[in-house]
Formats: sequence, C-alpha cells, structure tokens
Amino acid sequence: MGVMNIRTEVKQPEASIPGSAHRHPNLFLRFAKNVRKDIQFILILLPVLIYYIIFHYVPMYGLLIAFKDFQPMKGILGSEWIGFQNFSEFFDSIYFWRLLRNTVLLSLYSLIWGFPVPIIFALMLNELKERFFKKAVQTISYLPHFISLVVVVGMIVTFTSPLDGVINIFLGWFGIGPINFLSEPGWFRTIYVSSGIWQSFGWGSIIYLAAIAGINPQLYEAAEMDGARRWGKIRHVTLPGIMPTIIILFILNFGQLMDVGFEKVLLLYNPATYETGDIIGTFVYRRGVLNAEYGYAAAVGLFNNAINVCLLLTANYLSRKVSETSLW
Amino acid sequence: MRARKSVGERIGDGIIYAVMWVVVAVTLYPFLYVVSMSISDPVYVIQKTIWLLPKGFSLKAYEKVFENPDVWTAYLNTIFYTVAGTAINVVMTMLGAYPLSRKSFFARKQVMIFIVITMFFSGGLIPMFLLVQNLGLYNTRWAILLPGAVSAFLIIVTRTFFQSIPEHLHESAKLDGAGEFSILWRIVAPLSMPIIAVLTLFYAVGQWNSFFPALLYLPDVRLQPLSLYLIKVLIQNSTTMMEDMANQSDRSMYVVQLKYSLIIVAILPILAVYPFLQKYFVKGVMIGSLKE
Repeated sequence: MGVMNIRTEVKQPEASIPGSAHRHPNLFLRFAKNVRKDIQFILILLPVLIYYIIFHYVPMYGLLIAFKDFQPMKGILGSEWIGFQNFSEFFDSIYFWRLLRNTVLLSLYSLIWGFPVPIIFALMLNELKERFFKKAVQTISYLPHFISLVVVVGMIVTFTSPLDGVINIFLGWFGIGPINFLSEPGWFRTIYVSSGIWQSFGWGSIIYLAAIAGINPQLYEAAEMDGARRWGKIRHVTLPGIMPTIIILFILNFGQLMDVGFEKVLLLYNPATYETGDIIGTFVYRRGVLNAEYGYAAAVGLFNNAINVCLLLTANYLSRKVSETSLW
Repeated sequence: MRARKSVGERIGDGIIYAVMWVVVAVTLYPFLYVVSMSISDPVYVIQKTIWLLPKGFSLKAYEKVFENPDVWTAYLNTIFYTVAGTAINVVMTMLGAYPLSRKSFFARKQVMIFIVITMFFSGGLIPMFLLVQNLGLYNTRWAILLPGAVSAFLIIVTRTFFQSIPEHLHESAKLDGAGEFSILWRIVAPLSMPIIAVLTLFYAVGQWNSFFPALLYLPDVRLQPLSLYLIKVLIQNSTTMMEDMANQSDRSMYVVQLKYSLIIVAILPILAVYPFLQKYFVKGVMIGSLKE
C-alpha cells in the first residue's frame, strides 16, 4: 500500500510535464486553470470520486489498525501503536501453517484442475460443425455461471446429504456409504474444486473461443496444404494462436493464488472440515467480524493482500520475461 | 474438393460428440433433478425413488413456500436490492466512464490510476466492516447499496466503449451550446444502449446473487434478502424455518421437498430470462476482454 502511494505521488508531476512546454512557474495556478476549464467533467465525476475515497481509500487508511491495539471506543488514531505484534501473533499461532496450506492448496488445485478445462472445452467446441448443436452446448455450459453461490452450495449440501442426498442414493446402489461428504475433511477440496469447475468451465471458454475466432483462416488452409489433419491443425495453428490468451489468463490466475473465493468456502465449510477447509479469508471473518478482534484480523487480512500483490507482480514480471506478454 | 473423412477423423468426431453430450448431461442434471424433486408427489420424494424424472405431480411444496410470509419479505427485499442497486451501479458507471473517455479532460490519467489502484489494493474486510458501522450504515438498506456502488472493471469497459463514439458528434453538440452533462445524457447515452444493457445485466445478476454484504451488515431479518433465507434453510438446515413452513401435521411430508421448491423459486427469474439475454452477456465479456 505504501509503495503504491509513492507511485501515485510520483506519477502526477510526471504526467503533467509534457503539457507544460513553457514551464509554468506555478503548478497550482495551472491546476486551478485546468479545474476551471474541466469543471463540468469534475462535477460529473464527483460522485464516483467521493465513492472511491470513502469506500476504498478510507478502508486502506483503516488498515492502520493492523499495527495498533485497536479499541473501537478510542478510534483509529487514539488506539495505541503496537508495531508488528498482531502479525507476529498470527505467524506464531498454531493456525498459521494450516491456514496458509489450505489457502494455497485450494487455489492451486483449482488452478491445476480448473485451468485446462475451458481450453480443452473450447478446442472441442471449435471442432463441432453443426452450428445449432454447438450453440446449444455453449448456451447450456454458460448457465451455471449465473447461479448464485448460495444455491450452488445449497445444492451440494442437499445432494450430498447422508440421509436423502441423491449422491448417496447412487452410492447406495453399489453398496457404498452413505458418506457424509461435508463433514469429512478429506472430501472438502474435491467438492470445492469440482463444483467450481462445474460452475465456471463454460463461461471461461468464451474468451478462448473468441481468440480462436480471431485466428487467420489462411493459416488453416496452409496447414491443410502441408497435409495437416485435425490434430495437426490444433497443435500447429489453433494452440499457438491462442497461446497469448492462455498465458495472460494463467498469469491472472497465478496472481490470484492467495485470493481464494472465500465466500464459497464460508458457505461450504463447517467446524468438522476446518482441517482442510479453513482459509485465511474465513479466519479473518471469524476472528474479526464474529469475535471482534479487529486489529488482529485486519493484520491477517493485510498479510494476505500483501502476498496477493507480490504474486501478481512476480507473475507479470515472469511472463514479460518468458513471452513478452504482460498485463502492463 | 472436400476429401472423404478418414476413419481416424470419424472416430475423433465420435469422441468429441460423446464428450459434448456428457458435458451437457453433467451441466443440466442438477437442475433437472431439483425440478423433478420439487414437482413430484411428496410420497416418492420421501421414498427416495426419484433420481431423474418426476414421479406423480404435486405443487403443494410451492404452495407452502409461497404461503410463508418470511419468503415474501425476503423475496421483495431481493427485488428491491436488485432494482435499486443496479440503478445506482449503472448511473455511477456512466458518470465515472464518461469524463475518463474524453481526451480533453486534464486529469484523465491520474483519475484512471486512482481507480485502477483499488483493483489491486483494498483495505480488506475488517476496515470496511468498521467503516460501514462508523458511517451509521450498519443494519440499514444503504449498507447493501452503497459499498458496492460501482465496479472499477466495468468503468474501464464502459470507457472503452464511449471512446468509440465519433468525435464529431461531441463537437457539433458543443457548437449547439450543449454542456458535457447534456452531451452524456442526450448523445452518448442513447448511442450506448448495447453497453448499458450489458452493464444492467452484469450488475443485476450480481445483486440478485449477492449474499455476503447482507450476511455482514444486516442482522435484521426484515431487511435480509432471499439469499440469507436460503442459507438458513438449505445450508444451515435450520429446523425452525422448516417448522414455520410446514405446519406440524405434514411437516415430515414436505420438509425435504420444500428445499427443492425453494431452490427453484430462487433461480427461476434467472432461468427465465437467461436464454433471451445470453448473447448480451457474451457480448459483455467480449467488450471487456478488448485490450486498449
């Protein structure tokens, strides 16, 4: 956060230099003149600016409580500084490694299993020649994306119920179970990842289909001339054609490795599955919101956010090195 | 010209079609199952003999759901949050995107940075929670409407769209003495119906499906949206809810089926509009993925 503040402060004069060919003596005067010129734009923008200041920048300032012994009665400024005590308490706690492991593994598994699915799906869709069938499959595959997490988890809970869930009915046919899936830590990641793929593979394929549509048809003709069959064309034309998209999306996903969809975990986990299901986000919610340990929870949240930013910067740097494709 | 397909290619086709049918089945099965359970005769639901198609026919469970005043309160709340929230979202997005799309606006770049930063850094859950309390929004409807009033990502998408509007329209409007606000309202907005449709859809689905802000900021049951009601009934298996719904005599009869009916009631609006609006959603993703 601190780093970013410095960057914006540096950026501003930098951006205004090209405009001032005559080296205006008074920056403030020039600013006032610009404001007068663009007052209508500023008025239009005002609600949005106020929104961002109040609901995004004030909470960033509120992160100070991570370094304080925050007492709501005393306020942010009135509370006592305690340096990194909240952080070290977290690092030393018995939960630290479990939370870190669960957070990383949950998104790593989602990435490993979930990332290739939309790509393979898009490649297969692209091979379908009947337009109606193709359109129908696409439309159906996007549908789960629009179903709320609450309903998806609600369905999971209902379907996996050991009493009357349909999955246990199926297993019963083969003499297995009943298994109480949601109370067994061993099943948590599987359920989280597979339901995530069910919900997002179709929607995720849109961007790859767009990339495939953008490939020059002449490349396919040339490949055919060289005797390439279906697989040859996929390998030598389609895949290289969508590689930049794949890389960009992989970076984006990798950058969000510690940014697990904690809302879904919150709905899906319970004390019986904390062993594999409890992640940093849900821990922050429990300790901060439910137990009112504000300073401590804010510190844990900040730790998570800091890692997110580092990961994103690293991923972007790596990709620029490797492929000259980057986010910025 | 077209050569006959080789055996290998035809096998390939077969595999692809088979996989696609499996994909369709896996995607649709949960929906079909829930529908079947919700409209079957409750006797078969309890006997656990339904696994695909409905057996018998009964809408009794739906009657029970709609007889419940709590469901109505929650449903109306969800409709309110979706309509009011989406209206705020769309207006704010337009207001944010327009000045940023104009090259003549001197602070364009700085404001962009100011907004983009929030996509990467946030205060996180706890400072936000405290802020909502300090502002006096806690346990009011504003706590749902204000904190998520606009999305930075959709501002950028909309800005990109606005930039494609021909410059001479702006110039001639200015010659006629129009101010920036009236240009936005009378010229840019009418030309931006495709993007407004996309924004409305994205925001509305988001609002309809949202549950976390309500979980965080709305302890008062009378203000809670349907999603929180669903959490209590479907996920926490709250028995008091069930007792409210099914009266004593036939509670055991309907208790299972009620859940399935409730799921359908919650997703029906989306299922109903989805086939018609699907292409706009896809269009939205396309616009969003354009790089400047």
